[in-house]
Amino acid sequence: MDIYEEICKITGKDYVSREKEDQYIYSRDSGAQPPRSVDYVVMPGTVEEVQRILMLAHKERIPVTPLGGGFTLSALVVPQKGGIVLDMKRMDKIIEVNELSRYALIEAGVSQAALRAYLKNHHPRLQHSTPEAPPTVTVVGNALIQGHGHLTPRYGLNSDMVNGMEIVLPTGEICKLGSSAVSDLWYTRGPIPDLPGLFIGWLGTTGVVTKLSLKLYPRPNYREVLVFSSDDIDAIPEVIFELTQLDLLEDFFLITQEKPDWMNHIFYVVILSAHFEEELALKMRIYSDVAKKIGNGKTIQIVENLHPALRTRFLDVPPKAAVAADFRKGGGFQYSAAILSFDKVPLAWRKGIEIAHAHGMIASYVHQILTCHSIMFGFNYSFNRGDEADIEAARQAVEESNRFTLDIGGMIWKGEAAAQKLVMEKMDPNTAGLIGKIKKTLDPHGIMNPGNWEVPQ
Amino acid sequence: MRYEDILHRCFRCGFCKLTDDYEDFNCPPHKKYRLESFSPGGRMWLTRAWLQGDVQMSERFQQILYSCTLCANCVKHCIFPFNEDLVNIFIAAREAVVEAGMLPPAVRDYFKAIDTYGNPYKEPSAKRGDWALGLPVPIYDGHDYLLYIGCVGSYDERGQKIAQAVASLLHKMSISFGILGQDENCDGNEVKAMGETWLFESLAQKNSEIFRAKNIKKIITIDPHAYNAFAKDYRNFGAEFEVYHYTQLLAQNIDKLVPLLKPLTATVTYHDPCYLGRHNSIDEEPRNILTILPGINFVEMAANRHNALCCGGGGGNFFSDILGTGKESAARLRIRQAQDTGAQIIAVACPQCAKMLTDAIKAADLEESLEAADIAELVLRSMKA
Repeated sequence: MDIYEEICKITGKDYVSREKEDQYIYSRDSGAQPPRSVDYVVMPGTVEEVQRILMLAHKERIPVTPLGGGFTLSALVVPQKGGIVLDMKRMDKIIEVNELSRYALIEAGVSQAALRAYLKNHHPRLQHSTPEAPPTVTVVGNALIQGHGHLTPRYGLNSDMVNGMEIVLPTGEICKLGSSAVSDLWYTRGPIPDLPGLFIGWLGTTGVVTKLSLKLYPRPNYREVLVFSSDDIDAIPEVIFELTQLDLLEDFFLITQEKPDWMNHIFYVVILSAHFEEELALKMRIYSDVAKKIGNGKTIQIVENLHPALRTRFLDVPPKAAVAADFRKGGGFQYSAAILSFDKVPLAWRKGIEIAHAHGMIASYVHQILTCHSIMFGFNYSFNRGDEADIEAARQAVEESNRFTLDIGGMIWKGEAAAQKLVMEKMDPNTAGLIGKIKKTLDPHGIMNPGNWEVPQ
Repeated sequence: MRYEDILHRCFRCGFCKLTDDYEDFNCPPHKKYRLESFSPGGRMWLTRAWLQGDVQMSERFQQILYSCTLCANCVKHCIFPFNEDLVNIFIAAREAVVEAGMLPPAVRDYFKAIDTYGNPYKEPSAKRGDWALGLPVPIYDGHDYLLYIGCVGSYDERGQKIAQAVASLLHKMSISFGILGQDENCDGNEVKAMGETWLFESLAQKNSEIFRAKNIKKIITIDPHAYNAFAKDYRNFGAEFEVYHYTQLLAQNIDKLVPLLKPLTATVTYHDPCYLGRHNSIDEEPRNILTILPGINFVEMAANRHNALCCGGGGGNFFSDILGTGKESAARLRIRQAQDTGAQIIAVACPQCAKMLTDAIKAADLEESLEAADIAELVLRSMKA
């Protein structure tokens, strides 16, 4: 059987490629992971096409890697065992926005940019939680990798905002999950067995999500940023606790960078939003007052006269965070994303600097507070894509950071293949076994993004 | 290759593909093919891979390089400091392809026609001024302005109508101008865009010598592509002249224009030609003219000014057709955007855009409801109404 011809019969020739150039582009990302081979790039246009492709792949035992924006930076959507990359970007319809029940039903290829622009134009009172990623990344991809967004401190991870999904199983069945399983409405995930959980965080190993219902939230009219600075690493857990204790903030992150010198401090960036001017003023005042009380006013200081460019950078949704990744002028960036409890932050802060220095880099952090329970601690490594030694150094730095994270009881978010292996080795064997059983049940031939979440034998 | 040292700096983050407000993807080849390989980042990465020997020259790579319309949307929307160089990088990559002798046939044929005939239509130079037969258009002889027509205005049927409209307007406005007729040569903007630096330099040299010999100090172009070459590149060849796109001159003389105008009833939108808008920041003059036309209801497309979607003809694609046609082609998408405004006329200020959009309207079978008209044609229509 000529696989290429068979796929062409499904999507049409225009949306299938086995050209070397397309294989090259889809075989790597901007992170530090080595390239891997791709056989076909396929862009389905409908759920039926996805279904037929998976049935073909299942029958012929061809690996399939679903791809959204392709910007995980840890090569999660670069196939580990070749086969088909299923680029979902042609499935880019915003099917429905239910304003009263505040949800959007979208196809898997809808970008953050498209949803944001659509809401701005048609439902200006609503917004979705937008990640600190380029606006070309997909909404569905971000939710499925348990990503976070600018509303996460208030409302939770973007994966917690999923009401339901339409999925195609590796064996070809199309299923609806959440309220859409029993009605035409997509407004709630329960109260039935939580099946979306079989597709969130699984990195495309259990099926292909073709539609997703995402919760939307009120869009306040006013937003402002407060920035506090400090040099007291040990005080970080207390400061985070106090600033999240109020439950009034929209977004909250920590940044630092060793160069230039003025950036070499701990900056706490708090985004406040409000529906009324007076409400915003009140929140600003409350946060300023609280900050003054932490450590008797000696722990953190408010940054007066914040540079307008920084203010814009902090308030932009999505922010142009990629600019910060360019400080090495090398076009390469990967980070080890540790999900930590707050008490571990001082330890990680010092270790991250140590790892960066050991590999000839300067330390640079952006850490996102995830609700009031944990932090995404980013060990960031910019590198020069034109220098193999630099790429290798970044790779090693990421690996050391991953090992350290697991050693202190942290979790690794969207880890590359090697990081997943570390996690699986450390995982309770019965839990790992359960993962294996679920994968085997849903994907008996192991065609879905194989190499990810592999259970140790 | 020029700019080789910055090719690796692209993260492929994709800001370059969008508009200011992220409303839509706006890169013509990426919109058509959707594959990342056809995005500005894909081209950057593949060019580097080619130079390093990781991919070989192929029909596909040629298609990826030459389907780029050099519309400069990426220049305006890339967030990195090297954004200003993006179009230059893609031209440099094409130069490297030319140097390696690995041209796509359509591009090779274009260069050959320019080299042999001085125009891509393989028409004799003697016919270059035929568009003006029967019109009160003198050969340049110390007039205030040279009216430079360019290849499309000289030989293409659609372009000729625009050339005739511009010349008629200038005449009606009593502006002193002349043309070069059979002595006019290709300006070379597309030659440079497609990477043939040597041929471009010889054209620019030759034209600059003619302009100097005739003591030409002011040039009006009808084609933004020619405007771009004259304004940006000819200085390197010792040319000393002022250059205006005709819409600039009309806008400067609006007072003379207004008394001549009569009401037209139509809803009109405006398509910004890339070489007028994004490349040269001439955004308001065309709008200033359209908005003084009595009876016109002027409406903007959501993607306007430096967010405008290219018609798909830039970067040599008007001649090579490597980007190609079809429902997802830039021209077809652009006329859909125009339709969304409720406009009956999509106004342009470029013979290449006019032709691209006219053809797209025909292909979409929309001739009953939408028309692509050059601003000069609309002004003239208003005078005759």
